Amino acid sequence: MSGKPRLTYLNGRGRMESIRWLLAAAGVEFEEVYLETKEQYDKLIKDGFLLFQQVPLVEIDGMKMVQTRAIMSYIAGKYNLHGKDLKERALIDMYVEGISDLMQMILMFPFSPPDAKEKNLESIKEKAINRYFPVFEKVLKQHGQDFLVGNKFSWADVQLMEAILAVEEKVPAVLSGFPQLQVFKTKMSNMPTIKKFLQPGSPRKPPPDAHYVETVLKVFKK
Amino acid sequence: MSSKPKLYYFDGRGKMESIRWLLAAAGVEFEEEFLETRDQYEKLLQGGSLLFQQVPMVEIDGMRMVQTRAILSYIAAKHNLYGKDLKERALIDMYVGGTEDLMGFILMFPFLSVEDKEKQRAFIVQKATSRYFPVYEKVLKDHGQDFLVGNNFSWADVHLLEAILMVEEKKSDVLSGFPQLQAFKARISSIPAIKRFLEPGSQRKPVPDDKFVETVRKVLCMYYDVKAN
Repeated sequence: MSGKPRLTYLNGRGRMESIRWLLAAAGVEFEEVYLETKEQYDKLIKDGFLLFQQVPLVEIDGMKMVQTRAIMSYIAGKYNLHGKDLKERALIDMYVEGISDLMQMILMFPFSPPDAKEKNLESIKEKAINRYFPVFEKVLKQHGQDFLVGNKFSWADVQLMEAILAVEEKVPAVLSGFPQLQVFKTKMSNMPTIKKFLQPGSPRKPPPDAHYVETVLKVFKK
Repeated sequence: MSSKPKLYYFDGRGKMESIRWLLAAAGVEFEEEFLETRDQYEKLLQGGSLLFQQVPMVEIDGMRMVQTRAILSYIAAKHNLYGKDLKERALIDMYVGGTEDLMGFILMFPFLSVEDKEKQRAFIVQKATSRYFPVYEKVLKDHGQDFLVGNNFSWADVHLLEAILMVEEKKSDVLSGFPQLQAFKARISSIPAIKRFLEPGSQRKPVPDDKFVETVRKVLCMYYDVKAN
């Protein structure tokens, strides 16, 4: 295993994208292996790489890590993005879990049947505007600091930034009622590691398209 | 806020049950407020105590915590059930992720139609015996220790016991191919705090019934159909 973490997933966002964001934000270079065929996936399972037969898989520090949350917790802990004590960690965890619920809706969206797409899009918009964004708008307004927790850059900021951009791709004017989040978005975009990740040629993956959906269905076919 | 944690949820398992298990295993006494009416829920919402308008919510150490995983992580760390370092924590998180996925299939079970229930029961048993139980069986066999991680009782052990018992409620002999897990189940069940939790009269909740489903639907205005996996 080289010194760099190695990510195994499809060549697309899915559940791995949040991990790419976090590693990038932490300034950690990584390698990627892309699953393109069912045979590749079956071989990974047969060779015992996937603890629960699932990806994401991240090989890091001698471990074959699976389970998205476990992986991100480890990266956040290792690179000091998980708060300075238990209470800050609790806040970060709460924020990240909330955002993750919103991201889950976006994750599943490309796989919705055509007649459900409009309803699901409306759902994403409604939840972002009424449930999730107001929380973070309020947090930032109340403490007036640049970052969500403890006046320090953390996993929560990275996750929120990812979510804002992902929702904007679907609902372009979504931040219009959220001035704090607009400022937050600009500040995050200017942080060197994030700025680099947002440039063309970075490991950031484009929004899922029909080809991506096709590949997922093919690789994970039962 | 009292000094004991206070749990806000329905009078039933759902997502709160893993929290009850972990507090009990840590020897922590807790209070509960049960949601029975829509009005109660709306009052909680208006009062601003539900960060994302959802339960579970646990008042603990001056915080109103939401998001099951965040709550469990906090309790585990506070009570030294989260490993001794980052790598042990990573293992615990991976194992808990697996048992959480498994218990997730059971979480929606009471909300399914009768035919879907039979399908789901088969699905749960299949996943338990082919994907999840073999992993923990092997972990225990390979290191030969009493606990899953670091030779020390942890959140992972509590969560696995909870999952085993839940699957057994769907198929009583499901552990028949898993001798390590049988021994594990006996061992962890006999830990005093857990033994107490498994006795009648504890705060452990029974298998969810129609009344539970009705209450959840009413309080959350959740009248849509839930599909099987």
